[in-house]
Amino acid sequence: MSFIIDRRLNSKKKSTVNRQRFLKRYRKQIKKAVEDSMKKRSIQDMDRSSDITIARDNTSEPSFQHGKGGTQTRVYPGNKEFITGDEFERPEQGGGGQGNGGGEGNASNSGEGEDSFTFQISQDEFLDFMFDGLALPNLVKKQLKSTSSFEMHQAGFTNDSSPDKLHLIRSLRAAYARRIALTGSKNNELATLKKQLWTLEEQPADIEIASKIEQIRDEINTLKQKKKYVPFLDTFDLRYRNYVKTPLPSTKAVILCIMDVSGSMTQSIKEMAKRFFTLLYLFILRNYKSTEVVFIRHHTRAAEVDEQEFFYSRETGGTIVSSALELSAKVIKERFPQDQYNVYVAQASDGDNWDNDSELCKKLLQESILPFVQYFAYVEITSGVHQNLWHEYTKLQNAFPKDFAMQQVRSSADIYPVFRELFASKPAKE
Amino acid sequence: MKKKPLSSNAQWTFELIETYDREIARIAAKFKLDTYPNQIEIINSEQMMDAYASVGMPLHYNHWSYGKRFLDTSQNYEQGRMGLAYEIVINSDPCIAYLMEENTMTMQALVIAHACYGHNSFFKGNYLFRTWTDAASIVDYLVFAKNYIAKCEERYGIDEVESMLDSCHSLMNLGVNRYIRPPALTPEQESKNIAEREEYIQQHINTLWTSIPSKETEVENPKEQNFPSEPEENLLYFIEKNAPLLKPWQREIIRIVRKMAQYFYPQKQTQVMNEGWACFWHYTLLHELHNEGLVDDGFMLEFLQSHTSVIYQPAFDSPYFNGINPYTLGYNMMMDIKRICTEPTEEDCYWFPDIAGTPWLDTLHYAMKNFKDESFIQQYLSPHLMRELKLFSILDNTSKPTLKVSAIHNGSGYKQLRESLANQYNLGYLEPNIQVYNVAVKGDRSLTLRHYIHQERPLGDSANDVMAHLHKLWGFNIKLESVTSSGEVLKRYQYPMKAPADL
Repeated sequence: MSFIIDRRLNSKKKSTVNRQRFLKRYRKQIKKAVEDSMKKRSIQDMDRSSDITIARDNTSEPSFQHGKGGTQTRVYPGNKEFITGDEFERPEQGGGGQGNGGGEGNASNSGEGEDSFTFQISQDEFLDFMFDGLALPNLVKKQLKSTSSFEMHQAGFTNDSSPDKLHLIRSLRAAYARRIALTGSKNNELATLKKQLWTLEEQPADIEIASKIEQIRDEINTLKQKKKYVPFLDTFDLRYRNYVKTPLPSTKAVILCIMDVSGSMTQSIKEMAKRFFTLLYLFILRNYKSTEVVFIRHHTRAAEVDEQEFFYSRETGGTIVSSALELSAKVIKERFPQDQYNVYVAQASDGDNWDNDSELCKKLLQESILPFVQYFAYVEITSGVHQNLWHEYTKLQNAFPKDFAMQQVRSSADIYPVFRELFASKPAKE
Repeated sequence: MKKKPLSSNAQWTFELIETYDREIARIAAKFKLDTYPNQIEIINSEQMMDAYASVGMPLHYNHWSYGKRFLDTSQNYEQGRMGLAYEIVINSDPCIAYLMEENTMTMQALVIAHACYGHNSFFKGNYLFRTWTDAASIVDYLVFAKNYIAKCEERYGIDEVESMLDSCHSLMNLGVNRYIRPPALTPEQESKNIAEREEYIQQHINTLWTSIPSKETEVENPKEQNFPSEPEENLLYFIEKNAPLLKPWQREIIRIVRKMAQYFYPQKQTQVMNEGWACFWHYTLLHELHNEGLVDDGFMLEFLQSHTSVIYQPAFDSPYFNGINPYTLGYNMMMDIKRICTEPTEEDCYWFPDIAGTPWLDTLHYAMKNFKDESFIQQYLSPHLMRELKLFSILDNTSKPTLKVSAIHNGSGYKQLRESLANQYNLGYLEPNIQVYNVAVKGDRSLTLRHYIHQERPLGDSANDVMAHLHKLWGFNIKLESVTSSGEVLKRYQYPMKAPADL
C-alpha cells in the first residue's frame, strides 16, 4: 500500500532560518572575510554576491574522537601483490589519495580535513556586512519623512471597489452596452415578427390569417416579456475608479566626486580613488531612495564628465584645485538646492596643487561649499609628505569639525579603514 | 508469456510511478518482504538539500549547524562537486521516501525498489530497529521537539537554547543506551508527562544536594561509594537525570537530543547490512520485472549502469578509494549468502554447514533480522567473497616504523581477515568508549569520566572542547581518565584548569 505525494510545490526554504543563524553566529569571521575580499576586488565586482571563506576550525562541532596512534588492523580491498608478513614504509599522509591516510575514511561526511569552509552569500548580505556599523554622517532627512509618504492618484477603472468610488457614467454605459448585447437577437426577431404582422394585417381578414395574427402577437408578447428579464443595471456593469499609491520623491542625495587627473596622478592612485568613490556611491545608494552622482575632474581646468571619462580617460597637465571647487559650488547652487538634496562632496587628490591656489581653495570651501553640503570628505592618496593643500585643509577641519573630514590613504588596503573612519557614526547635526 | 513493458521512455508520470510501485509491491510480496506502508514523496533538488541539512528528517528543530550543513551542501552541489542522492528514506511508519524529480523513470523504479521495499523491510525487520526505534511515533516526536525548542527559544532566548544544543550535540554520540532499552512511551503520554516529569526530576536531583555533609561525625569514610554505582555509558542520560544546576527545560532539551541520538543509533550499526539488503532487493526485484517482460532492455541497461556504479569498490591504491564501500560489501555478502544456499561448493559446506543448501530466502531473511554489521560480517563473510574482493589487512602500530600485512585472502588468513573486518564495524573501533565513572558526591561534585582505551588508541584533540561543553552542562569540574584494559590510568584530562598531564 503506497501513497504518492507531490511535494515539489511545498516550501523550499526550510533551511533559511538555520542559514541565518549560521551567518549570525559567525558574523565576526564573515565580516572579516568580506573586508578582505573588498580589498582584492575591482569596482565592477563590488556589489556582487560573494564566496566567503572562513576557517573550518571555527565552525567545527567537537565530539570525542580517536586521536592518532595506537595499534590498528585495517582491512583494505584490491590486494595485488602483498603476501602475509610483508612490511613496508608507512606512506606519507595524503600521498596516493586519501586511501592510505584515513583509517576511518567514513568517519566524517562533512569534509573534515579541509581547513576552510566556503559558502556563498548574496549581494545584499555582502553589502550589509560591508557597511555594518557605518552610518551616514549627519543623515538628515530633508524632504519629509519621505520614505513613507505616498500620493494617491487615479489610474484606470476596476470592477470591484468600495461604493464611494463608483463611476456613474461608466457604469451606465457598461449597462447599456450589455443590454444591447443581450437583447440584440430578440430585437431583430421582434422586428421581423412585427413586419410579418403588418403584412398580415394588410391582407383581407379570414380565419386562417386571424389565427396567424393571434399567434404572432403571442410570440411578440413573449419576446417582450423576455426582454424585460434583462436587468437594467447589473453588478457586472459597475465601474469604480481605481487609485494607486505612488511614493513621493523621497530623500534625495547627490554626491559630487572631485578628482585630480593631472600628470602627478598615476594610474594606481586613480585606481585607489576609484575605489573610494565606488564605496561612497554604494554606501549612499543604500541610504537614499535616489542618489545622483556628479563627476568633476580637474587639472588646471575643471569639467563635469561622465563616469567612464572620469575614471578612464587620460589627461595631463598642471593642477589648480580651486577650479574644481568653483565648478562644484556652481553645480550645487544651480542644480541641487539645499532644501531638496543632501549634498555630499568627496575629493580625491595626491595633494599636489599650484602653490598660490591652496589658500583660494580654503576660501572657496569655507564660503561657497561647506555651508551648503552635508559632508565634505577629502582623501589624500600619497605615501609622501603632506603638501600645501593638506595644511590649508587642516585649518578648515578645526573650523568645521562635523562637516569636514580628511584622511590620508597610502595603499589600497587602507581604503576601507579610512572610509570607515571618515564615515564612522557621528552624532547628527542639529 | 511476456507482458507489455510498462513504459518506454525516460519521462516519469505519477501514473507510471503508481504502476511501477504496484508491480514492484506485488513481486516484493512474493519474496515475503514485509514493509511499512510507503509514502513516496517527489521533491526537487532544493528540497533535497534541505533534507540533507536536517539529517534527512522531514522536519527538525532549528540550529546553526544545520545551516552550515546546508551552505556546505548547496555550495558543493551548485559548483558540481557533488551530486545529490537519488533518494532519502526515513525509518517511520508509514515509511517516507523522497524521490528526486530529476530522476528518469528507470531511476524512480530503482529507487522505489531500493528504498520503499529494501530499506523499508529492513527497518521493519531488523532487531536493532525493532528494539530501539518507534517508527510509528518518530514524526510526531519531531514535531514535538521542534515546537518545544521553538517555545524555549521564545521564552529563554535563542542564544541560550543554542548554546544548550551545542553542548548536547557534542555529546550526542555518547547519548545512547547500548544495552538496555528504556520502556517505550507513546508521544501522547510523552507530552502529557512533561510537566510532571520536570518537577519530578528536579526533586530527584537532590540525591546530590542531600549529600551535603550533614553528619560531621562521619567525615572519615574509609571506602567511598562510587556514584553512580555502575559506570554509566549514556552520558546525556546521566546528566539529564543528575546534573544539579540544570533547569527543567534544559533537561528536556537534553532528552530530545538523546532521543534523536538513540533513533539514529541503529542506522550507524547496520549501514553495510541495510544498504546491502536494499541493493540486493532492487537488483532482484527489477530483474524479476524484466523476466516478466514488464520492463524492456533499455531500462535494464540504464538500471545496471547505475547499479554497478553504486556498488563499485575502488582498490586501496586508487585515487577514488575512500574506505570500504558499504554498498559493495553488503550487496556482495547478500548475493554470496544466496549463492551459498543455492550452489554451495565444498568450501562453503565446510565454512557454513548450517546454511549451505538451505532455502535462500529464509536464510537471507533470518540474516537480515538478527544481526548488525559487526556480527553479520563475523557470521557470513565467506572465503569466496574475500578472494573476490581481494581483501587484505594491514597492521598499523604507531610505535613501529613500518606497516605490516597481517593477513591476506588465503587459507591461513580468512579467519583473521573476517575478524578484523568485523572489528572495524564495532562501535568501539569507530568511537572512543567513554563512560561516567564517578561523581565526587562528598567533595567538589566533580564528574569523572573514564575512557576505556581500545587498541592503544588515544583520544583526539577535540576532547578538551567537548569537556568544556560537558562542564557547561554539569556545572562543576570535569575530569577524564584514559584507562588501559588492565585498569591503569594512562592520561588525565581536566576541565577547567591545566593542560592534560601525562603520567
